[in-house]
Amino acid sequence: MAKRVGVEVSIAVADAVKLANADVIPAYPITPQTHIVEHLSDLVANGELDAEFVPVESEHAAMSCCCGSSAAGARTFTSSSSQGLSLMSEILYHPGPMRLPIVMVVANRALAAPISIWNDHQDIMVQRDIGWIQTFAENGQEAFDLTLHAFRVAEDRRVSLPMIVNIDGFTLSHVIEPIEILSQEEVDRFLPSFKPRVRLDVKKPVSMGPVGVPEVYTEAKMAHNEVLKASKKVVVQAWKEFADLFGREYHPVETYRVDDAEALLVTMGSISETAMTAVDAMRDKGEKVGLVRIRLWRPFPGPEFRKAVGKAQVLAVIDRCLPPGAVCGPVGEELRSLFYKVPGAPKIFSFVAGLGGRDVTVERFNEIVSKARAYAKKRPTENYEVIGVREQ
Amino acid sequence: MIPEFEKFKGFSAKNLPKDEPLAPGHRACQGCGEVLALRMVMKALGRDVIVCNATGCMEIISSPFPQTAWNVPWIHVAFENAAAVASGVESARKALMRKGRIPKKHVDILAVGGDGATGDIGLQWISGAFERGHDLLYVCLDNEAYMNTGVQRSGCTPYGAMTTTSPPGKKSFGQATWKKNVPAIMAAHGIPYVATASPAYYLDLMNKVKKAALVNGPAYVHIYSPCPTGWGSAGERSVEYSKLAVETRVFPLYEVIEGRYIMSRKITKPKPVLDYFKGQRRFRHLTDEQISSIQNKVDVEYEKIIKLSEMT
Ligand SMILES: Cc1ncc(C[n+]2csc(CCOP(=O)(O)OP(=O)(O)O)c2C)c(N)n1
Ligand code: SF4
Ligand SMILES: [Mg+2]
Repeated sequence: MAKRVGVEVSIAVADAVKLANADVIPAYPITPQTHIVEHLSDLVANGELDAEFVPVESEHAAMSCCCGSSAAGARTFTSSSSQGLSLMSEILYHPGPMRLPIVMVVANRALAAPISIWNDHQDIMVQRDIGWIQTFAENGQEAFDLTLHAFRVAEDRRVSLPMIVNIDGFTLSHVIEPIEILSQEEVDRFLPSFKPRVRLDVKKPVSMGPVGVPEVYTEAKMAHNEVLKASKKVVVQAWKEFADLFGREYHPVETYRVDDAEALLVTMGSISETAMTAVDAMRDKGEKVGLVRIRLWRPFPGPEFRKAVGKAQVLAVIDRCLPPGAVCGPVGEELRSLFYKVPGAPKIFSFVAGLGGRDVTVERFNEIVSKARAYAKKRPTENYEVIGVREQ
Repeated sequence: MIPEFEKFKGFSAKNLPKDEPLAPGHRACQGCGEVLALRMVMKALGRDVIVCNATGCMEIISSPFPQTAWNVPWIHVAFENAAAVASGVESARKALMRKGRIPKKHVDILAVGGDGATGDIGLQWISGAFERGHDLLYVCLDNEAYMNTGVQRSGCTPYGAMTTTSPPGKKSFGQATWKKNVPAIMAAHGIPYVATASPAYYLDLMNKVKKAALVNGPAYVHIYSPCPTGWGSAGERSVEYSKLAVETRVFPLYEVIEGRYIMSRKITKPKPVLDYFKGQRRFRHLTDEQISSIQNKVDVEYEKIIKLSEMT
């Protein structure tokens, strides 16, 4: 039976990996991800998890080691953040087209310079196009559940793609929350053992990662893109089954008090909890405000998002990332293209907030909503606005 | 002594494996010494091996999808990380065998890369894998430059050699640095087995590769590999150069077994380095003075290795 315990979210994530009975864990320390791999290292050292813990010499090696391990048929997990994720970058592009279902939890953190250990989404946004399935967790329970879900989806033979679960560094990774930890027997009902489509095996030799000449490169990229897009069905199915088994429901896009809403906040990750409090307060004052939260970031759930928005006329999109010189933040950009020339599309306003650990408070959400509403009447001069900047 | 070596009788002209785990029909240049060396490596290892290939000539010429020259499981991920990929394969097999999910059977894990992949960009990944003690062998095919990208200098390019990024000119005489001693760096990790080899001495090469595979833990073999395309030499002379490099003491053959240097072939009457340089366009511009300074360095380096071999 599942047990509800007060536990640090990183530890719960590590417990999920243990319950998934991962085989190989290449790991390298970086704040704020470190507690996850430290705990896994403990579990292996104590014999509670039968896995190879590979203390590699860099994150680039961690991801390279993951590729070899997954290709050899092992359930493979790693975790990283920020500078480490950037160091992996070259290799992050490989497991997608190579169809290696590695699972990684990213404890999101800002990118240098200036160096910062605190939370935002810049580390993962520069890896937006690596071709992994990506989800964002809102709270500790979700971080635990999504980690198990990631193994299930990634390794599904129809998918066979790598998958990232994003959890906000510190604000999620380091907090203690009441989390229902599933029992082994429960997890086993949800997560079958890993049976790879192909693996490096002397009995059936295959060549993996060949050179793609111009005659095949486009087709290889297309094939990857198609399977990534098609994975949404499996992502949703697995969530449905999870709900049937354990009662917790997850969807690609979540809504909060969107009925009859005129303006909607759009968020990803743990700031959504504060956003809900802000929505409650605004609703109490009679404002027709709601919240849409994106859980599945890649493949982007376009139809689900449009449906979630309903008839709302104003979207206030919050990006935890400031791409210098760009038109606006990546989530803002995504939604603007999604609604481009769609009849009855809402007006979309882009806000950048919560960089490098700056709090996004209820007051900030109020400010964002009222600005968005004002801009709906009078077009702003800029494509986006940075919120919460110190006056001096 | 390493117990795993006891059962190994060695290859001879009589028991050379006929099987070709690396099939013909690949796209290497005529007279490529690197693919010749790789073919011997694979003959020595047989079919119970998983190959992790770094980006470079050998990866490109053997894997143009949908064709492959590999009769054994093979994976390529990137340029610098073959050793880390191999660490992953080895760890996976260890875990899966222990957990009863794949049959318990020893399979050799080979990581293979060029001199650039090994001695320059990939050094850290190899160092990590060796330090962690994975049971794998790493083979460096040293053609003394980045050939796949069009003959740029690497840390293994010999002093004076012309490459596209170490061109001789009014203010330059070619490569301005001495060849990096990569086998010594590998040996400094304290791994059980390090060796150098040359395809002209094919039995020696195959025996060393086999020993590297037999060793329990990391092993390293550094193989001299002529590249007619990059060196501006005649394709039909690749084996001859492989021999001359040894006979001139330019590329000494030795093993480092558990830290002990053992000469595979003592060159008591060395030929002058000039004999080796002749016919290679990359050395054509060198002056007599430069050649004699290279000769000195070659003698000094050779003596160092002899001393090391006499120490134990
Ligand atoms: C990170 C990275 N940097 C550069 C390259 C370009 N590159 C591919 S192969 C190669 C040279 C390979 O040289 P070497 O390892 O000596 O192998 P060879 O081709 O000579 O056999 C280079 C520079 C790359 N693929 N990846
Ligand atoms: S360029 Fe040199 S190493 Fe590369 S295939 Fe041709 S001969 Fe061989
Ligand atoms: Mg080379």
